[in-house]
Amino acid sequence: MVKLDINGQVHALDVDPETPLLWVLRDKLGMMGTKYGCGIAQCGACTVYMDGVPVRSCSIPASAMQKAKITTIEGLSADVSHPVQKAWLELDVPQCGYCQSGQIMAAAALLKEKPTPTDKDIDEAMTNICRCGTYQRVRAAIHLAAKMRVASAGDWPQTDQHRDAPVVQVSSSVVTR
Amino acid sequence: MKTTSSESSVSAVNASRRHFIVGSASIASGGLALGLSASWSDRADAQAAPNVASVAAGDTEVTAWVVVKPDDSCVIRIARSEMGQGTRTGLAQLVTEELECDWAKVSTEYPSPGQSFARKRVWGEMSTGGSRGIRISEDYVRRGAAATRIMLVQAAADGWKVPASELSVSKGIITHTASGRTTSYGKVAMAASKLTPPDPKSITLKNPRDWKVAGKAMRRIDTKSKLNGSLIYAADLHFPGMLCAAIKACPVHGGKLVSFDGAKTAGMRGVKGAVRVNEGTVAVLADTWWRAKTALEKLPVVWDEGEYAKASSATIAASLRAGLEETGGQYAGRVEGDALKAIAGAAKKVEATYSTPFLAHACMEPMGCTVRYTPERAEAWVPTQNGEASHTALSESSGLPLDKCEIYKMDLGGGFGRRGGQQDYVQQATAIAKQFPGTHIKLLWSREEDQGHDFYRPISMAKMTAGLDDKGDLVGMQIRISGQSINAWVNPLAIKEGKDERQVQGFWAQPHDAQWGYTVPNLRIEYAMRNTHVPVGPWRGVNTNQNGVYSECFMDECAKAAGKDPLEFRRAIMKNHPKHLAVLNAAAEKFDWNKPLAPGRHKGIAQFMGYASYSAAAAEVSVSPKGEIKVHRMAFALNSGHVVNPDQVAAQIEGSVAFALSAMFYSEVTVENGRMKELNFDTYRLLKLAEMPKVETVLVPTFDFWGGVGEPTICVVGPAVLNAVFAATGKPIRNLPLKNEGYTFA
Repeated sequence: MVKLDINGQVHALDVDPETPLLWVLRDKLGMMGTKYGCGIAQCGACTVYMDGVPVRSCSIPASAMQKAKITTIEGLSADVSHPVQKAWLELDVPQCGYCQSGQIMAAAALLKEKPTPTDKDIDEAMTNICRCGTYQRVRAAIHLAAKMRVASAGDWPQTDQHRDAPVVQVSSSVVTR
Repeated sequence: MKTTSSESSVSAVNASRRHFIVGSASIASGGLALGLSASWSDRADAQAAPNVASVAAGDTEVTAWVVVKPDDSCVIRIARSEMGQGTRTGLAQLVTEELECDWAKVSTEYPSPGQSFARKRVWGEMSTGGSRGIRISEDYVRRGAAATRIMLVQAAADGWKVPASELSVSKGIITHTASGRTTSYGKVAMAASKLTPPDPKSITLKNPRDWKVAGKAMRRIDTKSKLNGSLIYAADLHFPGMLCAAIKACPVHGGKLVSFDGAKTAGMRGVKGAVRVNEGTVAVLADTWWRAKTALEKLPVVWDEGEYAKASSATIAASLRAGLEETGGQYAGRVEGDALKAIAGAAKKVEATYSTPFLAHACMEPMGCTVRYTPERAEAWVPTQNGEASHTALSESSGLPLDKCEIYKMDLGGGFGRRGGQQDYVQQATAIAKQFPGTHIKLLWSREEDQGHDFYRPISMAKMTAGLDDKGDLVGMQIRISGQSINAWVNPLAIKEGKDERQVQGFWAQPHDAQWGYTVPNLRIEYAMRNTHVPVGPWRGVNTNQNGVYSECFMDECAKAAGKDPLEFRRAIMKNHPKHLAVLNAAAEKFDWNKPLAPGRHKGIAQFMGYASYSAAAAEVSVSPKGEIKVHRMAFALNSGHVVNPDQVAAQIEGSVAFALSAMFYSEVTVENGRMKELNFDTYRLLKLAEMPKVETVLVPTFDFWGGVGEPTICVVGPAVLNAVFAATGKPIRNLPLKNEGYTFA
């Protein structure tokens, strides 16, 4: 029997103690927001918090987590109200979305530690792999989340159906010379 | 917070799916199968919800493309697959534009391949590859939407007994100005659905320059469920009584499964058994995937590795090199003038040989799907780029006719060409499910299996030879590509005498798709087919990737030999290709090519064409004395003819940078003892955020054709960066990835 405190709820689970936390979450608890990508702590799709610190749940046995408070993407905020999720929505960060739970968990942990991170802070903290290549928007959304928090002290600006200032310039005609 | 389109779509989709479940006896959605935590039951609805077109009570299917609800919201049917590229949102924008419905009240759903079969392909083809999701279907999708609008307006006109020409419509509200009356789509939908649709050919579509919803940077309609872990991918499915399958194919491609000793794993907890899947593959089934995978690793297996057990990257490279030098047998795709004579008589000769490796797709969600088989019916939940190909694979593997098979399309955790024509994972899951009739079998590949049994980007080499006259102008060029053929792997009988235009993609003479943008007076382009035992297939950008490197890096080598600026050297031979040239100029302008760079910074530029769109890129890099490369920024120009969502086009271009730079810097799959060596992300390195350059994009649509978006820009990313490194070091880059050439990355 393994006892786990996940998102504030304690579960007593009949699992093999060596089962990685990722597979307890997915196979046993049906918490599917935490993803399998590589199984060797390389990609970060399985990122959860152990006492607030991001860890890669594919490579930690469930039995080693019994004294920790575990937070998953489901525990971050189910209604997409976390600042990072709002910034992600604002900039349409995800493409396929598969790695994004891990990206968001890593970003939220960074912002908790450093409310206004520099590009270098982001480089160092954000080591999760995104195969679709959303990195530019991940970086921009982290900065946006920091800025929104400073500007509105928790009161988030409303989002509209489309951006007034798209991130790309469209020329009405081809540039010629 | 104001309700956004994405929120309304999510809730509408869930509501309609729930309705379908209630009406469907074949899908049991009870939760507590394993007697576990209540969170299973919380999610059960969504987990078992099949993706099919549905019409809830009170709603009306006006045409195959649009269901209208009483509250005027519209459900738009999307036949293509969503794998992150934004096609769902783009097609919904096109439909909304012609339908004149309210974008804030739009949601989408996938018609299923079984429904398409039953309705004689009313939604057209489902294949989502080759950057074709929008460009191939935009015309009939827009006409379908316009026909729906015409029917809705006609129904209002009939009700009021006034000519339809006196009515106007905006955001789903129909107005008769003369009498001051209004009604809405929800109120007239039922009457409209009984009308005969107009002839699609009779419909005049809007001028794209007048678009209000299409052409604009609308938010994606499917983002929110990707922010809180609630989007269900195929890997996340759960069914009562389901068995999970972990799989292992013979590590050497083409090898056979001789035997396995299931008794050794039979007593392991939760393990149901080990089964033969096909002649080269074994699987272990268990109540959870982790248990299945753990047991599979302990399962004694005997393989017959077959005739390729000694193949290696060295033997394959030797074969490709021979293809570069052979004097006969290769296919001459383009012969214009006499390139060999022109080069022999030239004042200066430039020659370079390039090589590019096998590459794995490495979708973040590994291959897999769920199949349930009974002798009467087969169903599969599949992340697929081609629902119809999945349908065919399910039918052939199950032995049941198409009308007894159904595919529920799942959003993909990455596709990149891997999950289109090749449906190996559907065939495998079906073969297993046939051995457990009535039980849902969820197959999931490990990352190692995914890396080891891909359909890889083909390995290739190119020998490039050019002649320059005394003014430094090109007088002739010979391009010899040697390497594996995708078409020969897919359908060897279709290849006659080594003729394979696909492998010289991007060097084509004919316009509109992948035309080479240069005019060289004497030109010879050849392909020497050198097939291996390694499976190959389309990999985002396909053959434009390596061919773009060969073309554009060699252009810089020629420019240097000619003593000319790489941009000016290109411009001089692009006068016959104004669209290519215009995009090159647009990228140069966006980059500010003529502005001096900071000390230690260097620049490179490239242009190439693929998927009916014109692409160009410029890159700024620095290279430390120790060979540490930093890509500081890149500027892109793209002419895709039309732009349905500029922000999503920009997202695809940004993504193409990460995809291409992974390949330039790090990625290769090598062969040792017949098997692939780089089996996880520790050895198959992919780009990370810190290595991502700043990307700027200018879109320069000319509104006179429809080009693709997902793939076209990949092929210019690499050469722009490699040319900048060449400018920095004076040493050309000819062999990829760069990590093998002594470079590291900052």
